Amino acid sequence: MTERSLRGKTAIAGIGETTYYKHGKSPDAEFKLALIAILEACKDAGIDPREVDGFASYGNDRSDPPRLAAALGIKELRFSNMQWGGGGGGVAAAVGHASAAVVTGMANCVIAFRSLAQGQFARYGRGAQANTVSDEAAFGAPYGLLSPAQRFAMKITRFMTQHGIRHEALRAIAMTSYAHAQNNPRAVMRGRPLDEKTYDDSRWIIEPFHKLFDCCMENDGAAAVLVVPAERARDLPHKPSYLLSAATGCDYRSAAPVHNGPNYASSHFASVAPNLYAMAKMGPGDIDVLQCYENFTGGVLMSMVEHGFFTGEEANDFLQPEHLRAATGKLPLNTSGGNLAECYMHGFEMVNEAVRQVRGTSPNQALRSDACMVVGGPMVWPVSSLILGSGATV
Amino acid sequence: MSDTPAYLPPGLPIPVPSPDGLTHPYWEGTRAGRLMVQRCRGCGGWQWGPEWICHACHSFDLDWAEAKGRGRIYSWQRPYHPVHPALNGLGPYLIVLVELPEAGGIRMVGNLLDDPLQEVRIGDAVEAVFEPHDQAEPPFTLVQWRLVVEAG
Repeated sequence: MTERSLRGKTAIAGIGETTYYKHGKSPDAEFKLALIAILEACKDAGIDPREVDGFASYGNDRSDPPRLAAALGIKELRFSNMQWGGGGGGVAAAVGHASAAVVTGMANCVIAFRSLAQGQFARYGRGAQANTVSDEAAFGAPYGLLSPAQRFAMKITRFMTQHGIRHEALRAIAMTSYAHAQNNPRAVMRGRPLDEKTYDDSRWIIEPFHKLFDCCMENDGAAAVLVVPAERARDLPHKPSYLLSAATGCDYRSAAPVHNGPNYASSHFASVAPNLYAMAKMGPGDIDVLQCYENFTGGVLMSMVEHGFFTGEEANDFLQPEHLRAATGKLPLNTSGGNLAECYMHGFEMVNEAVRQVRGTSPNQALRSDACMVVGGPMVWPVSSLILGSGATV
Repeated sequence: MSDTPAYLPPGLPIPVPSPDGLTHPYWEGTRAGRLMVQRCRGCGGWQWGPEWICHACHSFDLDWAEAKGRGRIYSWQRPYHPVHPALNGLGPYLIVLVELPEAGGIRMVGNLLDDPLQEVRIGDAVEAVFEPHDQAEPPFTLVQWRLVVEAG
């Protein structure tokens, strides 16, 4: 049997995004934002949007493929895919599924995307407002456990307590995103630098490890990439960003109800990361640049540990601002500003940034950027991550 | 185990049994001052939260057994930011995840009673306290947790 793998068989040929807005500030409807990002990605790739024949998304995206196909006059829709699970856990999976459709011949030219207008629709940071709750929510909401931050906080508390990790490690993650955003014209937090004192003086969202700046923004916007066969990408305007690997899932009983997952203090990449590296034929030491989803900085910490960049015991030493900054840090992190400071586009802004790093066009370009990882939303299930590579890696 | 006034102000969502009946025995139990959790008749394993099948042996023959209300703090958080109108102006409060070693190590979520600014340590012993909400419509009873002073 031939080896079953996505490695090097597809590439991202185009990236697009809208202007990124603070939540509720988009002048455009969510569906229009999706259309704008898709058209930008096609233009970047030099491909007629009518040639797109598939869409992949995640997080219950409301811009559904048949409506997109009708609106764009797409000749033939062949692939419509949604990754189950909420939030940004599926960001890398959406790109992986787009690639899988292309590799298997189900489609030729697939858009992976995310569109989000939280002014038009509900915000994530507020809990459910219903009068009664049943099922699993009934075991949390009456205790004031309603928001995503609260659902994840006790994982972070336990992990950091077990490993003796200081809050300064999380501060380094937040300051890195903000520092990178200052050079990025797309970043919502450009012009709003973050220093240690501002971080330290910021209010508690949740003790012991959620200061204000440990939490992502909420934003309006859309972002998209166009996935095509590798051989076609080589004839298009940009240097191809080859998909070397994508993996999604979660380990044994991660989603056991009411906080009963056996591996509780986890970002839930324990089984996903080894699969990711196996398909890429790489290890953590081969990764040049990392985009790692910050819903909350503690999730970045656990994702980096589970992807093998350091152990829990090494976290205080590794997570220092100078190690994480482009161009010369040992592992440049969230080089566009990420969810904290570029835009909370459920991590899709990180896919676009990984492509820019491979192309060499990031506003915070790393010295080496042949292999770029995107780690999707942690602490949910299923999670997902991917690795993009330059021509030197295939 | 004893009754206590409500830890959080009224107005948060009222818990009701799931429409499919899965969680009904738990909520019926708390009204009677009993902490009922799932236990498999097939393999004897404990399970929480409720599910239709035993994850260990795949038996559908799940019983409800009374768990002793004794546990240890597995993790915790102290929210400050109000995420519901009922919490506006309240200030910090404590949520704990409690492991029940005498019920197969299952974990339950609740509030840690008393001073919301008290120091919390993973591993500390806690006991269940029933918190009736008799005036709610429909009435319900929550299971809360309180630190126990350990001898020695």
